[in-house]
Amino acid sequence: MTTLDSSKEIQKNNSEVNETHEDFRMFGLITFLIADGMTFAGFFAAYLTYKAVNPLPDGAIYELELPIPTLNTILLLVSSATFHKAGKALLKDKNSESQKWLFFTAFLGIIFLICQLFEYFHLPFGLTDNLFASTFYALTGFHGLHVTLGTLMILIIAWQSRIKGGRLTSQNIFPLEAVELYWHFVDGIWVILFIILYLL
Amino acid sequence: MTISIDPQKTNNESLQPKGWLRYFSFSLDHKVIGIQYLVCGFLFYLIGGTLASAIRIELASPMSDFMPRDVYNQVLTLHGTIMIFLWIVPVVNGAFGNYLIPFYVGARDMAFPRLNAVAFWLIPPSGLMLVASYFVEGAAQAGWTAYPPLSITTPQSGQIIWILSVLLLGGSSIFGGINFIATIIKLRRPGLKLMQLPMYCWAMLGTSLLVVLSTPVLAGTLILLSFDIIANTGFFNPVLGGNVVVYQHLFWFYSHPAVYIMVLPAFGLVSEILPVHARKPLFGYTTMVFSIMGIVVLGLVVWAHHMFTSGTPPWMRLFFTIATAFIAVPTGIKFFNWVATLWGGKISINSAMLFSCGFIINFVFGGITGVALAQVPFDIHVHDTYFVVAHFHYIVYGGTVFIIFSSIYHWFPKVTGKMLNEKLGILHFIITFIGFNLCFAPQHWLGLNGMPRRVAEYDPQFQFVNQISSLGALLMAISTIPFLINVLLSVRNGKDSGDNPWNALTPEWLTSSPPPVENWEGEPPLVEEPYGYGKEISERK
Repeated sequence: MTTLDSSKEIQKNNSEVNETHEDFRMFGLITFLIADGMTFAGFFAAYLTYKAVNPLPDGAIYELELPIPTLNTILLLVSSATFHKAGKALLKDKNSESQKWLFFTAFLGIIFLICQLFEYFHLPFGLTDNLFASTFYALTGFHGLHVTLGTLMILIIAWQSRIKGGRLTSQNIFPLEAVELYWHFVDGIWVILFIILYLL
Repeated sequence: MTISIDPQKTNNESLQPKGWLRYFSFSLDHKVIGIQYLVCGFLFYLIGGTLASAIRIELASPMSDFMPRDVYNQVLTLHGTIMIFLWIVPVVNGAFGNYLIPFYVGARDMAFPRLNAVAFWLIPPSGLMLVASYFVEGAAQAGWTAYPPLSITTPQSGQIIWILSVLLLGGSSIFGGINFIATIIKLRRPGLKLMQLPMYCWAMLGTSLLVVLSTPVLAGTLILLSFDIIANTGFFNPVLGGNVVVYQHLFWFYSHPAVYIMVLPAFGLVSEILPVHARKPLFGYTTMVFSIMGIVVLGLVVWAHHMFTSGTPPWMRLFFTIATAFIAVPTGIKFFNWVATLWGGKISINSAMLFSCGFIINFVFGGITGVALAQVPFDIHVHDTYFVVAHFHYIVYGGTVFIIFSSIYHWFPKVTGKMLNEKLGILHFIITFIGFNLCFAPQHWLGLNGMPRRVAEYDPQFQFVNQISSLGALLMAISTIPFLINVLLSVRNGKDSGDNPWNALTPEWLTSSPPPVENWEGEPPLVEEPYGYGKEISERK
């Protein structure tokens, strides 16, 4: 099998190491988010189809209260704005300010999750009660998983934007921008979910 | 903003094992990853082929005497899943895509080399997991489509392992797709325009779009299905108020495009191989590009033609029949382009060319039965019969697998610097072509006469035709022997090929064979006319 090996040694050509190319990490992330969005699209399509063609049996409980999810919507929208603030601050090399905004955003994310859990525990139906209940938990649960991951990533980049030994600077802002885009994506999905699940 | 090529990577590269050990390492080199995909896929092809042989042995007699009926169900489920998710999709996308795309766009590697390696290394564990599920409590029995309620009521452990395995493979496929899109769009050498790319790049761009748009839907669906199995929810369980047709819609939203994920790259590969061995430019480059993109768009809106017997309303039948029939137009354009490429060319009859021509013949046949199946009245008659099995295998084996072999004969000198033995190659083609047609052509007749698929027993009146089909399967099994001998001998003792044995003009041949680690010694060449055959060198741009 040695013939499969490339016969040439690695060419340690300096010009190659210095080659530059456009940064396309953001492009890759956007492609990934489109794919992720399609997962939600599949769930939404399933939910809407169920709503249209599968009537629930008599006596099935499916009422939802609006106050908590409305509060959650506001929380996420505000957190999108605070994240944006964090990015602006980092661009001006104000790391500690950026870190403050990031922690605030993560805090909002955690409050969102707590509210979500509070809602789960006070709902009159469980996962397997009826088709609506199952779809409700699947949709909000899958979204909640995204929020959890996002919050963890925000905490990581908040730690990385510390002044001593931190990795994030106005020169290396990609990690923050990537998490920010992801966070806006998760917020956008929540708005659609809120409209479809709670308002329709 | 620009970033410099990671110097860390170059250092890591020199620390990695040399020689054949590289193929067992977490290598970031796109050429190594391509070969990893190919060899891994081929090993699973041998497993899937063994299962197919077992199916054909069972079907040589009308009674279920070779294996119990539940084992038969497991065997056909594993056969379908392995062949689709572990052989065709990884090889025709991952293997050739990884090996060729960076050459074609004039890059030194894929856009995201680490993601690339991760995508490959998801495949062996999930494949082994799938095969191992047979030895736990029996593999999944619900076919590769895993339709509920069948998949909910059959033994659970096998079905859950099946779901996990397909989820991992889907993830691998999505990572690969993201990588290909970024590489083709963003990593092109300066000066290289999109409309100058070799056709395989376009095919892979289209395929990757389908992967990114449709695979996540399958992932979501399978998650819901696993909830039904484990947590007793009722998404797809009519007893609990669920709806099985929703599963079918979501499943086919992925799995119809999956057919194009399996066959579009083959379209691209054959468009590379034919011009080289016919010494003519690819006919109708622009129409080819637009047909690929047309197939991508149409491929996303035809899924319900798999569900004409699932109580679909008349408007849906009408819409999906018409949309499906429309796909014949871009596909037909491509077919005529290939024939026109061959027309009047200086054709060399070698193994690569023969397999490509075999592809054209088989694919036209499979395409015609496909158009027939799109018509509701006909489809209702032959739904879930051997006619569908025959059609599908004409597309996927007669189409894609023929092209995989053609591509191996074509690019083997590129990868190894050795030629494959032509006599063994032609022998391989003859046995495969006869065996394939003997195996699957009679199944059209079986289907038209009402023999249902996926059942271990059948009406004794079908026995003779089934035995012909089994004889064909035996020939197909035998056909791998000359191929394996050929590859194993040639890798060591093959004739030296030189850098460019076919005098090809596509960029991968403009470097040494096998290529150096970063593909080119100096700057990547700018190839503006990858198909400029038959012109004087001075006439080429």
